[in-house]
Amino acid sequence: MNWILNNTEQTWELTREHLYLSIIPIIAGLVAALVLGLVFGNRRRARSIITTLASAVFTIPSLALFVVLPSILGTQILDPLNVVIALSLYSASLLVRTVFDALDAVPAQVLNAAEAVGYSPIRRRLLIDLPLSLGPLAAGLRVAAVTNVSLVSVGAVIGIGGLGQLFTSGYQRSYPDQILAGIIMILILALLLDRLIAGIARLLTPWLHLSTKETATASASGSEAKK
Amino acid sequence: MITFESVSKTYPGGTQAVENLSLNIATGSFTVLVGPSGCGKTTTMRMINAMVTPTSGRILLDGNDIAEIRPVSLRLGIGYVMQNGGLFPHRSVIDNIATVQRLLGLDKKNARAKAFEAMERVGLDTSLAKRFPAQLSGGQQQRVGVARALAADPPILLMDEPFSAVDPIVRDELQQEVRRLQAEIKKTIVMVTHDIDEALLLGDKIAVMAPGGTLQQYSTPLEILTRPANDFVQSMVSKDRGFRSLSFEPLGQVPSTALPIPGADGLINATTLAPGWALDLGHTTASASWVNESGQRYPVSTPVRRTDTLREALDAILASPVGAALLTDVHGDPTSWITLEDLSPRLAPKLSLEPRA
Amino acid sequence: MIGEMLSYLGTSSHWVGEGGIAARLGEHLWYSILAVLLALVVAFPVGLFIGHTGRGKIVLVSLSNTLRALPSLGIMTLLVLLMGLGLFPPLVALILIAIPPILAGVYSGVANADALVVDSARALGMKDSRIILQVELPLALPLMLGGLRSALLQVIATATIAAYVNLGGLGRYIFDGLALYDYGQVMVGAALVTALALVVDGLLALLVARFSPARRLTAA
Repeated sequence: MNWILNNTEQTWELTREHLYLSIIPIIAGLVAALVLGLVFGNRRRARSIITTLASAVFTIPSLALFVVLPSILGTQILDPLNVVIALSLYSASLLVRTVFDALDAVPAQVLNAAEAVGYSPIRRRLLIDLPLSLGPLAAGLRVAAVTNVSLVSVGAVIGIGGLGQLFTSGYQRSYPDQILAGIIMILILALLLDRLIAGIARLLTPWLHLSTKETATASASGSEAKK
Repeated sequence: MITFESVSKTYPGGTQAVENLSLNIATGSFTVLVGPSGCGKTTTMRMINAMVTPTSGRILLDGNDIAEIRPVSLRLGIGYVMQNGGLFPHRSVIDNIATVQRLLGLDKKNARAKAFEAMERVGLDTSLAKRFPAQLSGGQQQRVGVARALAADPPILLMDEPFSAVDPIVRDELQQEVRRLQAEIKKTIVMVTHDIDEALLLGDKIAVMAPGGTLQQYSTPLEILTRPANDFVQSMVSKDRGFRSLSFEPLGQVPSTALPIPGADGLINATTLAPGWALDLGHTTASASWVNESGQRYPVSTPVRRTDTLREALDAILASPVGAALLTDVHGDPTSWITLEDLSPRLAPKLSLEPRA
Repeated sequence: MIGEMLSYLGTSSHWVGEGGIAARLGEHLWYSILAVLLALVVAFPVGLFIGHTGRGKIVLVSLSNTLRALPSLGIMTLLVLLMGLGLFPPLVALILIAIPPILAGVYSGVANADALVVDSARALGMKDSRIILQVELPLALPLMLGGLRSALLQVIATATIAAYVNLGGLGRYIFDGLALYDYGQVMVGAALVTALALVVDGLLALLVARFSPARRLTAA
C-alpha cells in the first residue's frame, strides 16, 4: 500500500495502460462473439466449426500467443497491439460459446411466438433473442473481463503488461512491496470491472430482478384477472 | 374465407401430419380443430399463417394463395394466441400487447394507447400494464396473450390450445370470456384443442381429425353429437353424449307453473312440489331460497331463463331440493317454476341411433 | 523464424538429456498435474458441500472471481521474494489458478443434479452420504470433468511462466529465447506448449464424452 501512495503517478500511468490493455480486448471480443453468435447461432455446421476453432484458440497459452503473433502479424515484438489482439482472441473465443449457450437458453416457445406474431428473422434476433440472452451473457462477460485483467500482466515478461510491470521490476529489484502493490491494484481493477458489468446488466434486464413481493402478490391473486 | 385445397403435409422423416385436407372456413365463424395428439390439428392451423409450409395443395385467404404473400406480412395480419400465452418475458404487459402495432410501424405512444384498449376489451385490469409476465397469474398471462393477438384488430385469430395450461376454474372463465368477445368482435377464429368439450362449447363449426391427419367430420357441434360420421367421431363424443346434446336447444316455450301469491308471512306455498316446502323470494332474485318445514333454507342458486339451454334447465331442476327450477322473465324477475314433468316432452332422444352394422 | 524452429525441433540431440525437450515436457506436465491434483484436494470437498447443501453459494462466486483476478505472475514473483526460489511459489500460483474451474464444475454439477431425482432418492430412504455417492456425483460427472479439463488447460498455459522464476518446463525456451533475441527458440517453446495443451485437451475431451450420459445411453 505504501508503495502505491509513494508512487501515485507511476501507479496511475500503469493502471491506465492496464485498463486500456484489458478493456479494448473485452469490447472487441464481445462484439466479435455477438456478431458470430447472432449470425451463425442457428447454423449447425458453421457453429461447430466456430466452437472448435474457439476452443483451439483458447488452448494456446497466452505467453505463446504474445510471442508468436509478431511473426504472424508482422508487428514489433514490443508492440502493445500483440497483447491487445491476443486478448481479443481469447475474449472472443471465451464469449462466443457463452453467446451460443445464452441464445440456446431462450425458450423455444417465446421464439415461436415471435415468429407467429410476425417478426422477421433479423428483427427477432435483435429484439427478442438478444435481450433475452443478456442474463447468461453478462455472467460470461464478467468471467472474461476478470480473466483478462489478470492475463494482461503476463505481457510484462515481454515488456508490455500495464501493472504487470510492477511484478517484473519488483522481482528484479527484490522489492516485494512493489509486487504486492501490483496485485492489489489488479484485484481492485478486476473487482470494479466485475461490478460495473453486473450493474449495467442489471439495468438492462429489469425482468430478471423482479422483487419477490410483487411476484408473490401476482400469484396470490390467483385466478381472477379482474377485481 | 379460409380455404384448404387438398392440403398435405409430410415432415422430413416421413411423418404424415396432414393428409389431403380440403376445408372451407367461413369469415366470422369460430372453427375448432379437435383430435388426439398426432392428428395434425396444430400443423393444419400453423399452415394458415405460414409457420408450416404444405407439402402439396394450396391455402387461400379470400381467394389469394398465401404462398404468394410474404410470411411476415401475412402473420402481422393474423392474430395468434399460444398455449401459456407465449409472452415475451423481457417486455412489460403493455409492451407485449403493443408488439404487433409496433411491428406494423405505429409509434410507441399510439401503440400503447391501442394496447390499453385491448386490455380493457379482454377484461384485464389496466393497473397491470407495467408488470412483467412473470408477475402475472397463468390466467392473466393468457388474457394478455389474447389481448396481444387482438390489439392490431386482425380479421383472423388463431388459437393454439389457449386454455390447456390453466386450471379448470380459470379455463371456464376464459372460455366464457372468449365466447363473449367473439359475439362482440366477430373475427374469423380458428382454434386447436384436444378437449372435445371445449370444442363443443366454443365452436360454430368443429373439424374432427384423426391420427395421420385425416379429416373425419366437419360440421356443427350438434351434428357432431347427434350424427357422428363414423366410429372415430362417435368414440370422441360418446361420453355423456345424450346429455350434452341438450346443450344445443334453448328452453323456449316449455309449460311452467305461475308462482302462487305469497302468504301473510311472505312465503310462497310450494307443497305441490314437495310436502311442507315453501319459496322465499327475498329482496333480490339472488337471495331467493327454498324453505322446509323446520325453517331450513336452501338458496335457489341458479334461476333459469327461457333463453338458457335444456341442459342448464335440467341441471337446475336436478340440483333443487324440491325438484323444480325457478324461471325468470325477460326482466330477470322470477315469475314461475318448471319441473321435470314440464321438461320431459323435450327430453325425447335426439341422437340418430343407428344399429351397428 | 519458423525455419529455425523446425530445424531446432528436427535435431534429435535437442530432445534428449537434461534440459532436452523430453525433460522439459516432463517437468511441465509434472508441475501441471501436481497443481491440479492439489487444487482438487481443496476444491472438490468445498464444491461438493456447497452444491449439496446449497449453502455459501454467494461466497463461492465472489471467491472464484477473486481467485480468477489474482495475477499468477505477481503471486509467483512475490512468493519467490518472500520464500526463495523453488517449486513452492509457482505451485501455489498454479493451484490458485486451478481452483475456480474445478470448484465451479463440482458445484454446478452437484447443484444441477435433477432436483426431482434427488428428492425421490431421499423419498426412497437414502441417507445423505448415499445420495451424494450414488446419485449426485454420478450425475455431476460430466460437468466435473469439464471443470477439470479447463483447470488443466489453464494450468498448462500458466506453468509456462514458472520459467520466469528460474524453474524448468517449456517456458524455459521462451524466456531463454527472449533473453538471447533467439526468436526461433521462442517459437519452439510456444509451439511445444500449444501442442501439449491441444493434446491434453483432446484426451480430456474424449474422457468427458465417454462419461456423458447421452453417450452411455447410445453405448448401452
